[in-house]
Amino acid sequence: MSVHDYLYYIILPVLALSALLIFIRFIMGPSLSDRVVSLDLLITTGIGMIAIYSIVTDQPTFLDIAMILALIAFLGTVAFAYYIEKRKRK
Amino acid sequence: MINYIIIFLATFGAAFVLLAAVGILRMPDLYLRISVTTKAATLGIGLILICVAVYFGKAPIATRALAIIFFLLLTAPVGAHLIGRSSYFVNTPLWKNSVMDDLKGKYSESSEGSSSEESDGAIHKAEDDEDGHPPKNKPTGSA
Repeated sequence: MSVHDYLYYIILPVLALSALLIFIRFIMGPSLSDRVVSLDLLITTGIGMIAIYSIVTDQPTFLDIAMILALIAFLGTVAFAYYIEKRKRK
Repeated sequence: MINYIIIFLATFGAAFVLLAAVGILRMPDLYLRISVTTKAATLGIGLILICVAVYFGKAPIATRALAIIFFLLLTAPVGAHLIGRSSYFVNTPLWKNSVMDDLKGKYSESSEGSSSEESDGAIHKAEDDEDGHPPKNKPTGSA
């Protein structure tokens, strides 16, 4: 069993399972903040998936997309925090 | 030899991400979920990205992976603090078995003191302020 097989058949399904669990919290989440936090974690898991996938396919270019995703996740969290606070004011 | 390092790093990274997923599903409270998100997931993704850097073994790609790790380490605490702060302001409830709440009663005036109009929120917070905690220094019913 080579490294590629190990990553493809064990690590990627584990990451997919964790994304599924996070998505359950994303659906259930009692408040909007829970959904924002689980969305952030979902994107972070996606960064991990992209990193593993760049090993499996030997394409290091995918890491650029991972960097952009990290940026967008941070911006989304900040914007959601701002608007959660704003929404309460009125 | 390098294969074992890659397998080790990827296994622990995926295990930490899985633990973060179980934690965000099972934790009873928003703030505990934020804690899980910002610790375990960051460590797991960092391990996975180090694994990528070890696998490719070239300087540009390793730099890229380390830049992503640096960016995650920089933004995860900031984002977690922001979302926790604004959720505390909108009165997201704590877990019923929480031992202490250090901020209780400290935000009885407007949210962070910068807003000029704060009509019903200030009064509502001033009401649940009266169970033992005096308001801070400004009068709460200023609106």
